[in-house]
Amino acid sequence: MWSTEIPAFAPLLIGAVLALFTRGWLRGIVTLGVILASGWHLLQVPEGITVSVSFLGYDLVPYRVDKLSLIFGYVFHIAALIGVIFALHVKDTVQQVAALVYAAAALGAVFAGDLLTLFVCWELLAVSSVFLIWARRTQRSYLAGLRYLIIQVLSGVILLAGLLVHASATGSLAFDYIGLEGSGGWLIFLAFGIKACFPLLHNWLTDAYPEATPTGTVFLSAFTTKVAVYALARSFPGTELLVFIGAAMTCFPIFFAVIENDLRRVLAYSLINQVGFMICGIGIGTALSINGAVSHAFNDIIFKGLLFMSMGAVLHMTGRINGSDLGGLYKSMPKTAALCIVGAASISAFPLFSGFVSKSMVMAAALEEGYDWVWLMLLFASAGVFHHAGIKIPYFAFFSHDSGIRTTEPPANMLTAMTIAAVLCIAIGVYPHWLYQLLPFDTGYNPYDATHVLTQTQLLFFSALAFVWLNLQKLYPPELHSVNLDAEWLYRRLFPRIIGAGFSRIWQIDRDFRGWFLARIHGLLEYLAHLHYPGGRASVTRPTGHMVIWVAVLLAVYLWLLLSFPNADTAIGH
Amino acid sequence: MITHYPVLQVIIPLIGAPLCLLFPVPRLAGLFALLVSSLAFLVSCGLLQQVMVHGTLVYALGGWAAPWGIEYRIDYLNSYLLLLVSSMSTVVLIAAQSSIRRELPQNRQTYFYTAYLLCLTGLLGILATGDAFNVFVFLEISSLSSYTLIALGTDRRALTASYQYLIMGTIGATFIIIGVGLMYMMTGTLNMNDLAERLPEVNHSRTVLSAFGFFIVGVCLKLALFPLHLWLPNAYAFAPSIATAFLAATATKVAVYVLIRYVFTVFGIEYVESVLPLQEIFLVLGLVGIFAASVSAIYQLNIKRLFAYSSVAQIGYMILGLAIGTQLGLAATLLHMFNHALMKGALFLAIGSVVYRINSSQLNHMAGLGRKMPWTMAAIVIGGLSLVGVPLTVGFVSKWYLVLALLEKGWWLVTVLVLISSLLALIYVWRIIEWVYFTPARIHLSEVREAPLSQLVPVWILVIANIYFGLDTSLTVGVSKLAAQSLFGLFGAAP
Repeated sequence: MWSTEIPAFAPLLIGAVLALFTRGWLRGIVTLGVILASGWHLLQVPEGITVSVSFLGYDLVPYRVDKLSLIFGYVFHIAALIGVIFALHVKDTVQQVAALVYAAAALGAVFAGDLLTLFVCWELLAVSSVFLIWARRTQRSYLAGLRYLIIQVLSGVILLAGLLVHASATGSLAFDYIGLEGSGGWLIFLAFGIKACFPLLHNWLTDAYPEATPTGTVFLSAFTTKVAVYALARSFPGTELLVFIGAAMTCFPIFFAVIENDLRRVLAYSLINQVGFMICGIGIGTALSINGAVSHAFNDIIFKGLLFMSMGAVLHMTGRINGSDLGGLYKSMPKTAALCIVGAASISAFPLFSGFVSKSMVMAAALEEGYDWVWLMLLFASAGVFHHAGIKIPYFAFFSHDSGIRTTEPPANMLTAMTIAAVLCIAIGVYPHWLYQLLPFDTGYNPYDATHVLTQTQLLFFSALAFVWLNLQKLYPPELHSVNLDAEWLYRRLFPRIIGAGFSRIWQIDRDFRGWFLARIHGLLEYLAHLHYPGGRASVTRPTGHMVIWVAVLLAVYLWLLLSFPNADTAIGH
Repeated sequence: MITHYPVLQVIIPLIGAPLCLLFPVPRLAGLFALLVSSLAFLVSCGLLQQVMVHGTLVYALGGWAAPWGIEYRIDYLNSYLLLLVSSMSTVVLIAAQSSIRRELPQNRQTYFYTAYLLCLTGLLGILATGDAFNVFVFLEISSLSSYTLIALGTDRRALTASYQYLIMGTIGATFIIIGVGLMYMMTGTLNMNDLAERLPEVNHSRTVLSAFGFFIVGVCLKLALFPLHLWLPNAYAFAPSIATAFLAATATKVAVYVLIRYVFTVFGIEYVESVLPLQEIFLVLGLVGIFAASVSAIYQLNIKRLFAYSSVAQIGYMILGLAIGTQLGLAATLLHMFNHALMKGALFLAIGSVVYRINSSQLNHMAGLGRKMPWTMAAIVIGGLSLVGVPLTVGFVSKWYLVLALLEKGWWLVTVLVLISSLLALIYVWRIIEWVYFTPARIHLSEVREAPLSQLVPVWILVIANIYFGLDTSLTVGVSKLAAQSLFGLFGAAP
C-alpha cells in the first residue's frame, strides 16, 4: 500500500477529515499521529519524483519532489507539529480542522510542479487560514479576516490571470523559472508579492495576524509568507528588483514595530522584516544567497513560531497583549520567559542560535556580489530586529515595570511546543551542518569564523548598550521612536522637520486623492443600493409594456443595421 | 429499434404527458413522469453513442423524404444537448416527488407532471428536429407548458410573472415565425439543410435580411439576453421550486442552441458577419448583461431571484463566447451551456429543499441554516463556488476556456472584465454564506431538519457532477470541441 508517490499533502487532508469526526483527546492523538506519519513518510521520499496528469490539454504535475521543495516540506511538518501541540488544549473543531487543511495546502503548494496546482493550493491557503482569524469570534476579527480574505483571494485571481497569460504565451504551465520577461511573469510576480508582503502590499499581514486566536497566529506565521518565499525562489531567483524590495522590507517595518504597542503586531512587523532578508537573498540569486534565503525561512518558521507561541501563551493566560499593560511576568511565568528569550536570541542572530547560521549567508552574499548599500541596509535591519524583537518583546512582556499581573505558567502542551521549538533553535545554532545538508546547493559555508562572530557580537553588544543607556536616561518610553546604532540618532531630529515637512504635503495630496476616490466608490455603491433595495428603480417589477419597448428598440436597431447593408436588393422575391 | 431513436427521443415524453392525466393518484403520476424521463435519458445516451460512432444521424419522419417531410438530424451538437436536457430533467424529477407534494395543492400535482413532460417534449423536439417550422412548433409546446408550470406557483405573483412571460414569449415566438415565414417566402423550403443551400442565392434581399433581424430579436428574447431579460427573474422566483430548477437548467440553454443552429447551420457565420456587426453587438450586450445582472444579483433579498439574475449574467458569458467568433469561443459557449446547467440545477434543487423545510426563499429567513441543514447548505456553497469559477469545479473549466479563447483573440480588456465579473459572483455567493453561516439562527428554526434523502440524493448527484466534470473534462470538452469543429468546418466555409 505504502508508496513514495503519495503526495505530501494527502495525509494531512485525510487528517483534517478525521479531525472533523473525532472529539476530545482522540482528535489530539489522531492529528498528531497523522502529522508524525506524514513527516516520517516524507523522510522516505527520495528526490526526483514527479507525478503528472493531463488536464485541459496541459501536462500538470501535482507532485514534484526536489531539494528545494523537500526542505520546505520538512519545516512545514515541524511547524504543523509544534502548532498542533501548542493548540492541543483548544476545543474548537473549526480551528483544528482549518489548521490541518491550511498546512496541507502549504505542502501542496511547495510540492506543486505546475502553476495550476499552485493556484489551487494558493486559494486553499487563503480560504482555510481565514478561519483561524475568524475563530476568535469577535466582530473585530471577523472584519479583519474578511479584509485578509479579500486580499488573499485577489492575489489568487492575479496569479490565475498571470498563469493564463503565461500559458498562452509560452504554452507551458510548468512551475519553474519564469522571470519578468512577459506580462504574465509580472502578474505572477505581483501575486507572489502580495503573499510575500512586498512593501505597500503588506498591510493584510499586520492587520489580520494579530487578530487571530492565540494558537491560530502560530500557524499563520509559519505558512502563508513562506509559501510565497518558496514560490519566488522557484520562479524568480536572481531577479535584481527583489534585492531592493527585500532590503526595503527589512528596514521599513522596524519603524512601525518600535512604536507599536500590541506585541503580536510587533512580531507581525518583524515577520515582514525577516521575510525581507529571504527575498533579498533570492534576488541576489547566487548559490550562497539562495541557500541563505531558504535556510533563513527554515529557521524563521521555528523561531518566529516560538515568539508567537510565547506571546500567545501570555495572551492566553492574562488576556492582554499590549506592551503597556504587561510587565513583570517573569515572576509568574519564568519558563515562558526563558523560552521567549531563546526565540529572541535566535531572531537577533546571536552566535549559537539558529538565526545566526542563516542570516549571515544572505549578508555575506550581498557583500560578495557588490551590493554594499544593500549590505548596510541589512546591517541596519539586523540591529533593528534585535532591538524590537530581541529586546522589546521579552522586555515589555516579562520585565520592565511590574504590572501587578499574577498568573501561572501556561498549560503543559503549550510549554512542550515552545520547548521543542527552543531546542531546535539552539540545535540548529550549534550544529548548523545538520541544516546545511538539506539545502539546495552545497557551498561549504561556515558561519563560525572569527570575523563573522566578532562582527555580529559587536553589533548586538552595541545595540544592547544603546537600549540600556536609553532606558537609564528615560529616553525610551514604549511609545517613543526607536534608536539604532547607525546614524539614526541624527535623523531623529531631522526627519520630522525637513523630510517630514516635504512629505506631509505629498501625504496631504495622497490623502485628498484617496478620499476623493473612496467618496466616488461610496457614491456608486449607494446609488446601486438605492436602485435595487425595495422601492428603488431596479427593484420594481417592470410593466410588460416596458419590456415590449425594449423589444421594439432592438428590432428597430437590428433592422436598421441589416437594411442599411449596402448590397441589399430593393426587389422582393426573385 | 436503434434506427428509431431520434423520433423515440421526442415521442416518448409526448405520449407520456397525456397518459399522466390518467393516473388517479398524483404520487403515481410523479413516478410515471420519472419513468418517462428516464427512458428519454436512456435514448439520449444511445443517440450520443451512435453519433460518436457513425456521425450525423438522419431520420425522415413518417418515411417522407427530406424537403417535403420533416427530418430529424442528430449531430454532435444536439446529441450532446439532448443528453443534457434529458439527464437534468430526470434528476430534477427525482427531487420533484416530495417537493411537489409540499408546494402544490393535491388537485394540481398531476397537471404539474403533465405540463412538465410536455415542456420536456418541446425542449427535446427543438433540439432533435432539422426543420425550421418544426422548431417553432416545439418552441410553442415548451413555452405554453412552461407558462403553466410557472403559473402553478402558490405565490399569487406567479400568475403575473407567468402572464408577463406569456406575452414576452409569444412576441419572441412570433418574431421567430415571421423570420421563418420570410425565409420560406424566398426559398420555398423549411428544411434547415435545404435552407442553408438555397439562402445564399437570395441572402442579400431585404426579405432575408429582415427575416434574420426578426429571428435574432425573437430568439434573444427567449434566451433572456440583456436587455430582454426582464421577464426572467420573476418567472424563476415565483414558479414552484422544481419548475425553476428544470427551466433554469434547460430552457435557456435550448434557446442558445436555437441561436447557434440558425447562425451557424442555416445562415452561416460568414454571411451573418458580413451583414451585421453581430460580434460587436453580442460583445457589448453580453458584457453589459454580465455586469448589470451580477450587480442586481448582489442586491437581491430573495435567493431564487438572486440566482435568476445570476442566470442572466451566465447567459452573458455564453453570448460572449459566441461574440468571439472563433472555434475555441464557440466551444467555450457549448461547454458553459453544459456546465451552467449542472450548477444551476444543483443550486435551484438545493433551494427547493430549503423552501421545503422553511417554506420561504427569503435570504433573511435562511439565517443560521448552515447548522440545521448542513448538507443542503454545503451543496449551495459548492454550487456557488462553481458559479464563481473556483478550480476543481466545472465553473473553472468554463471560465478557463472562455479566457483562453479571449486571449487567443487578443481581447485583453474583455479578459480582465471577465475575471473581475467573477469577483462580483463571489460577492453574491458570499452574501448567502454570510446569512447562512455567520448570522445567528432565528428562534422558529429550532425544529427545522435536514432535507429528506429523496431531495439530498439528486442535489448531491449534481454537486458531484459539478466536481467530476471539473476534473475529468474528456466528455464535455471533447464533445464541445467536436461540435464546434463541425459547425465551423461544415457550414462556416459555405459562402
